[in-house]
Amino acid sequence: MASRLMALWDWFDSRMPSVAEEFRKHASEYYAPKNFNFWYFFGALSILVLVIQIVSGIFLTMNYKPDAALAFGSVEYIMRDVPGGWLIRYVHSTGASAFFVVVYLHMFRALLYGSFKRPRELIWIFGVLIYLTLMAEAFMGYLLPWGQMSYWGAQVIVNLFGTVPFIGPDLSLWIRGDYVVSDATLNRFFALHVIAIPLVLLGLVAAHILALHDVGSNNPDGVEIKKKKGPDGHPLDGIPFHPYYTVKDIAGAVVFMMLFCAVMFFVPEMGGYFLEYNNFIPADPLKTPAHIAPVWYFTPYYSILRAVPPLFTSQFPGVMVMGVATLILFFLPWLDRSPVKSIRYRGILYKGALAIFVVTFLVLGYLGTEPVTVWGQFGPWLGSADVATVAARVFTLLYFAFFILMPWYTTIDKCKPEPERVTM
Amino acid sequence: MSEKKIDSTRRNLIVATAAVGGAAGAAAAIPFAWSWWPSERAKAAGAPVEADISNLGPGELQVVEWRGKPVWIVRRTKEMLDSLRRADDKVTDPRSLVAAQPDYAKNENRSIKPEYLVLVGICSHLGCSPQQKTAEAKAEMGADWAGGFLCPCHGSKFDLAGRVYKGAPAPINLEVPPHSYLSDTKLLIGDDKKGA
Amino acid sequence: MKNLLLAFLVLPAVALASEAGYRLDRAPIDPRDLLSLQAGARTFVNYCLNCHGAQYMRYNRLTDLGLTEAQIRDNLIFTDAKVGDTMKVALTPADGKAMFGAAPPDLTVIGRSRSADWLYTYLRSFYRDSASPTGWNNAVFPQVAMPHALWSLQGERALQVVPGKDHGPAEYNWSQVSQGSQNTVQYDTTVRDLVNFLVYLGEPAANERKRIGIVVLFVLGILFIFAYALKKEYWKDVK
Repeated sequence: MASRLMALWDWFDSRMPSVAEEFRKHASEYYAPKNFNFWYFFGALSILVLVIQIVSGIFLTMNYKPDAALAFGSVEYIMRDVPGGWLIRYVHSTGASAFFVVVYLHMFRALLYGSFKRPRELIWIFGVLIYLTLMAEAFMGYLLPWGQMSYWGAQVIVNLFGTVPFIGPDLSLWIRGDYVVSDATLNRFFALHVIAIPLVLLGLVAAHILALHDVGSNNPDGVEIKKKKGPDGHPLDGIPFHPYYTVKDIAGAVVFMMLFCAVMFFVPEMGGYFLEYNNFIPADPLKTPAHIAPVWYFTPYYSILRAVPPLFTSQFPGVMVMGVATLILFFLPWLDRSPVKSIRYRGILYKGALAIFVVTFLVLGYLGTEPVTVWGQFGPWLGSADVATVAARVFTLLYFAFFILMPWYTTIDKCKPEPERVTM
Repeated sequence: MSEKKIDSTRRNLIVATAAVGGAAGAAAAIPFAWSWWPSERAKAAGAPVEADISNLGPGELQVVEWRGKPVWIVRRTKEMLDSLRRADDKVTDPRSLVAAQPDYAKNENRSIKPEYLVLVGICSHLGCSPQQKTAEAKAEMGADWAGGFLCPCHGSKFDLAGRVYKGAPAPINLEVPPHSYLSDTKLLIGDDKKGA
Repeated sequence: MKNLLLAFLVLPAVALASEAGYRLDRAPIDPRDLLSLQAGARTFVNYCLNCHGAQYMRYNRLTDLGLTEAQIRDNLIFTDAKVGDTMKVALTPADGKAMFGAAPPDLTVIGRSRSADWLYTYLRSFYRDSASPTGWNNAVFPQVAMPHALWSLQGERALQVVPGKDHGPAEYNWSQVSQGSQNTVQYDTTVRDLVNFLVYLGEPAANERKRIGIVVLFVLGILFIFAYALKKEYWKDVK
């Protein structure tokens, strides 16, 4: 039996050797640093969540109806009448939020260990493109249940495009395909969400991984392992990805699935953050909900948008600032002037700046989930301004300061010398 | 530790992990495959249908829809029932040996009560719905036509028990659906268990 | 459109004022209490299903509550609907809007858009108000277009609101104007069962979801033991 299988494999391998070759190149002979820690799980977990979303998404499209009159009902049909439908739906809704948790932690790893720095700038650029594409995918997916939040969230965000000078109103009209978010918008968002953007995502993920494998992975010490090779030509501090990291990632994936399933089976709504309460009300173009907020993973940017006051009755400055807040990520490799990659060997300035950035991101995120009145008002001495708005403005400035001041504080920061070899 | 010992531990662990992992993966696939079974909506639409036959006169035909298909209920007269015996040697399967009917309709009248014939009105050839041709249609159907059905698509003929005539392209008799009597005037098409 | 955008930023402030008003009571519901759910189903079809629909819920799903299809047909269906049909209502949205000023919303997922506590408090906070078109108002949902559908059970009540001193909380003084067929304890139980049912209605698969979740976590736990052992076995080599 075993020899039969071997013979079958040989038949295949002799006709398509690239399968075994690629496996060697990207797994069994791809030498990764041996000191990967907790922060290095999230790339593989991102791929896992992508697969989960694709599979659950495909099965949802088997019963979902992308029609404004039928969409909301079709989701409830899936939840009640389709055998096992409720589970498929919860996989997809939990997966959407899980995707952003994993991606944010994955990006944070890059900030910790300087994974965006030379020669890995292109990997970072592909990564930011994946992030932006993922935001578009999530935004379009959220319209599909056609609840109140779906509808009004889409209405507000598409109206942002309407603030662009001169072309704004036409741009919004073109995106929507109608004068308001309607069936036309729903249908095109469905096509983009199900086919177009997933294809783009898959292409970008492939590019991201290929660019990584060409250069080689970074590690928590920021040391280039290819500099010290053994007599066999392999890095001294490297180990083959397969079997070491396949086996480690499997264990990590199981832990992740435990957390994922705990949420999915016991708290799928997550207090209204993963499945918003207002979205169980069918979309009503004539009634705006009292409190519109985007889903939690967009809220830091929503905060920034709200923090910027209108200029000459135009909200466009806010839109611009929010746009720059996302796009500035692209420039990170060139803003960071530190000679050292990993936070382990950076000075106090970068550590402090990163800590402040994390707090900033979390606070802005929280503020984005709440109405601007959530922290009350200042007294007349500050014009009775909303405390939350003032806070959002302060933290927006801190957000940008992290990037804009980076060339300065990373230059003057007192770094420690990087080691020659990795530390376990 | 000899190499052999390490290898076998490693191999056993791989096998064990793969086994548990495979089982978990198969279990995870179940709800997805399960979702392909008919939904509650499909089952409700395909649910048994009640037919009220209190107004059905002798010799008349009533049509009821069940699972998207026409179901005929014919109240046969004594003449119609007698004519069935004359047709015995003209039909392909006079004793209903091929399974196109539940056991309780596997008799010479292909019905529970001789008076009422219940058939799915879909030709057993390629799925068209045959037309009723009463005994009056002798000009079209032939001198000894006692009544029955003609399929317009390819000319298959069926008698007043839904049995297919010889020489027709249709291979078997018309299907008798599962059915039961809730009362003398009420038929339940699609369910013969008389459950809740 | 720019004005619309500005309006959205202002609206939350306006809405918050009414939301922050009445304190919500805890809804003492037990999702596993089948008798409570059955009682709630009975209240629902008798008092709510005349104006409100539950169009995504099939009658035969109520076998979840321990009922047979015959019991459902005999006790819970008052129209010619079949037991496999959905719980639709004859009142069209247009008629509802004409009669009440707002079409009665479908209640299939009301238990998910409103919390159980909100529903429980709402259904016990109607009061007589001669100024309103229906003669009823509600402390939890001011100016609601819905009359007190359960008034025959609770009776009529009046509410006197005393504004709080120095921006403190307002005082709510309730009084019973006329008796209903149930006393306070009985009515609270009726509403508790109804809210229990509404929460079930919002997600009938909830109990099954939790049951399966326990099994899944257990299996994953076992898988983790093996996966971790496998990892440790390989990583022995690395140092």
